[in-house]
Amino acid sequence: MSAAAEPAAGTAEVAGRLAGFTGALRGHGIRIGTGESVDAARAVEALGLADRELLREGLAATLLHGTGQRAVFDQVFDLYFPRTVGGPEGPAAGREDLRDRLARALAADDAALMGRLAVEAVDGFGGYGSSPGADGWSAYQTLERLRPQTLLARVRASVRAGGGTGGGEGAPEEFTERLLDDEIRRRIELFRRQVGAEARRRVAERRGRQEIARRAVAPTADRVDFLYAGRDRVAELRRTVRPLARKLATRLAARRRRAARGSIDLRRTLRGSLSTGGVPVKPVLRRRRPVRPELVLLCDVSGSVAGFSDFTMLLVQALHDQFSKVRVFAFVNRIDEVTGLLRHGTADPEGLGARIQEEARLTGWHGSSDYGVALGEFAERYADVVGPRTTVFVLGDARTNMADPNLPALREIAGRARRVYWLNPEPRAQWGTGDSAAPDYAGEVGMHECRNARQLGAIVSRLLPV
Amino acid sequence: MFTSVEDVSARLAETGYLASPAVATTVFLADRLGKPLLVEGPAGVGKTELAKAVAEVAGARLVRLQCYEGVDESRALYEWNHAKQLLRISAGREQSWDETRTDIFGEEFLLTRPLLTAIRGDDPKVLLIDETDKADVEIEGLLLEVLGDFQVTVPELGTITATRRPFVVLTSNATRELSEALRRRCLFLHIGFPEEELERRILRLKVPGLDEALAASVVRVVGALRAMDLRKVPSVAETIDWARTLLALGAGTLGEGVVRDTLGVLLKHQEDVLKAAAKLDLDAV
Repeated sequence: MSAAAEPAAGTAEVAGRLAGFTGALRGHGIRIGTGESVDAARAVEALGLADRELLREGLAATLLHGTGQRAVFDQVFDLYFPRTVGGPEGPAAGREDLRDRLARALAADDAALMGRLAVEAVDGFGGYGSSPGADGWSAYQTLERLRPQTLLARVRASVRAGGGTGGGEGAPEEFTERLLDDEIRRRIELFRRQVGAEARRRVAERRGRQEIARRAVAPTADRVDFLYAGRDRVAELRRTVRPLARKLATRLAARRRRAARGSIDLRRTLRGSLSTGGVPVKPVLRRRRPVRPELVLLCDVSGSVAGFSDFTMLLVQALHDQFSKVRVFAFVNRIDEVTGLLRHGTADPEGLGARIQEEARLTGWHGSSDYGVALGEFAERYADVVGPRTTVFVLGDARTNMADPNLPALREIAGRARRVYWLNPEPRAQWGTGDSAAPDYAGEVGMHECRNARQLGAIVSRLLPV
Repeated sequence: MFTSVEDVSARLAETGYLASPAVATTVFLADRLGKPLLVEGPAGVGKTELAKAVAEVAGARLVRLQCYEGVDESRALYEWNHAKQLLRISAGREQSWDETRTDIFGEEFLLTRPLLTAIRGDDPKVLLIDETDKADVEIEGLLLEVLGDFQVTVPELGTITATRRPFVVLTSNATRELSEALRRRCLFLHIGFPEEELERRILRLKVPGLDEALAASVVRVVGALRAMDLRKVPSVAETIDWARTLLALGAGTLGEGVVRDTLGVLLKHQEDVLKAAAKLDLDAV
């Protein structure tokens, strides 16, 4: 569809719309300076407003600086430069009729047609409430009524019968057949996203787009709170582990290089100065022993913080060649070593949490987390793990379910280790509320707020020993 | 250089580079706004090829600066030809120092490196700064002056400003986060994996002997592999390699055996091969 975004828009209105758009993007943490805004306006001038997709690409090229920002950009773009205004004309289609047409569109893999059907679907089934102010459009309700996921079998049958897109010879299709289900699932997922975007657009028309752009647009993956991330966001986060690890590794290498040009070795400098009559012409730098540090991770893997622990474990595992030794321990109220489960290559990120729960002894009499007992057991059973070269990271929300926090155990670990850091996925404001023993622990070791992947990356690159 | 976005697509296609709408739009804007183009994306999707194609379209000379760790000013910008300068000094012993000095810092003794080469002269040029992320942070500072104002300062010669701005393409694999200052001076383009339809067209262009049904199957399998959580998913370059392999093996159709035997062309890690084989229901590899 190449309908004009805003056909008769005057220059001032375009400028205003553009300014609002950049403002909304800034609200999502995308840094856009005036220079970029000006470039964006020049791009609009060069491309014109006739083709919406060209406009989208042009604005993305001028306003964005990184790959991760694109998802947010697309959502906000759809709000500020909508495809159409208002709902579709004509009477609403019946549910079965719409499902029929959707099945055909899915079988033909026609994204444009699916987009139009999404518009119809939201119009027909997404509306709720009747009084002005309390009404709106819901993607959830639309999808509940339409249930596109149940079309899978039907679409598969019709693709097979019709020979699909491939042409329909018997033999070559036999192998690619088995890919079909996943392909259809991906198409259905696309349709769900289209419905979501359409519902947001309709709501934005009613409520004002600024508010919707601020509230209803999903943030970039690295800014999602670990504690509230849904399943698909966690999967998305997991995919960022490896790029993040690679970035952290280069940052660590840079820090290591800088640290190597370190301080002056006074004794050897003076010794060298004897040959020049006591004038230290050539300063001798202290040699650094190439010791790679050891790392120990203590992870709370109880339900509430499991997402955070998993992510951090995978990140550290991906960084494994930066350290001479990495050992990982998991606990709920008992502690057990899980290093083996994370061994390089065998770590299957999806099933990680389940396997840890299955194969390690993590719980004693009850199933809720108890930091005091777990720390005590660690200090007792694994005393030899922590030495003067070891840096210990404790990952958890420090919610002990009212049990004794067992500060002496932590103190003992801290006394033996080179450094101990505590990473807490809760916002700082919530530390100490309810059963949280965070302030007690924070008094013993450095505690850092670590709510999302961005914070984790920053903290890890600063705290990891070189 | 270009009149419209369609013009960009059409002319790039003539050189054998099939551009997605995003690529065509951004190239058009980079030309119109006269800004450098920063291209990011996974390895093997044609970032470097894009620069080459643009150079061919514009009939311009491609000047390439390959970045690596430790690349410095004398490799990127310019260097004085010390050996030749010494020869000149010893050859002209009877001349006064003043004469010699003005002489040895002349054009004749200047070794221009890619950045300076791209700025000097009147012929059209495309400057390709490849794998910018591999270079050290210090080089970025150097690039800022060059890319911001298209000028270079050589103390002995003064400031050299470009009479004709080159079309600049920077590529990056994002191993290191480039500085915000550098990003702000560039248009940003992310080249991802192409859509199925585009990839089919690329395959047919690059592997002429491939029949249509097989190309479609190849693209579908590669698409399925990309959806998996692998260490290194196959890129366009691997897809083309695979199609060539299939062609060389004389495989007319895509059967289980053929896929099993040639999976190594697509996947570069043994664990990926095992995982993909399991997901695709191949028998033991």
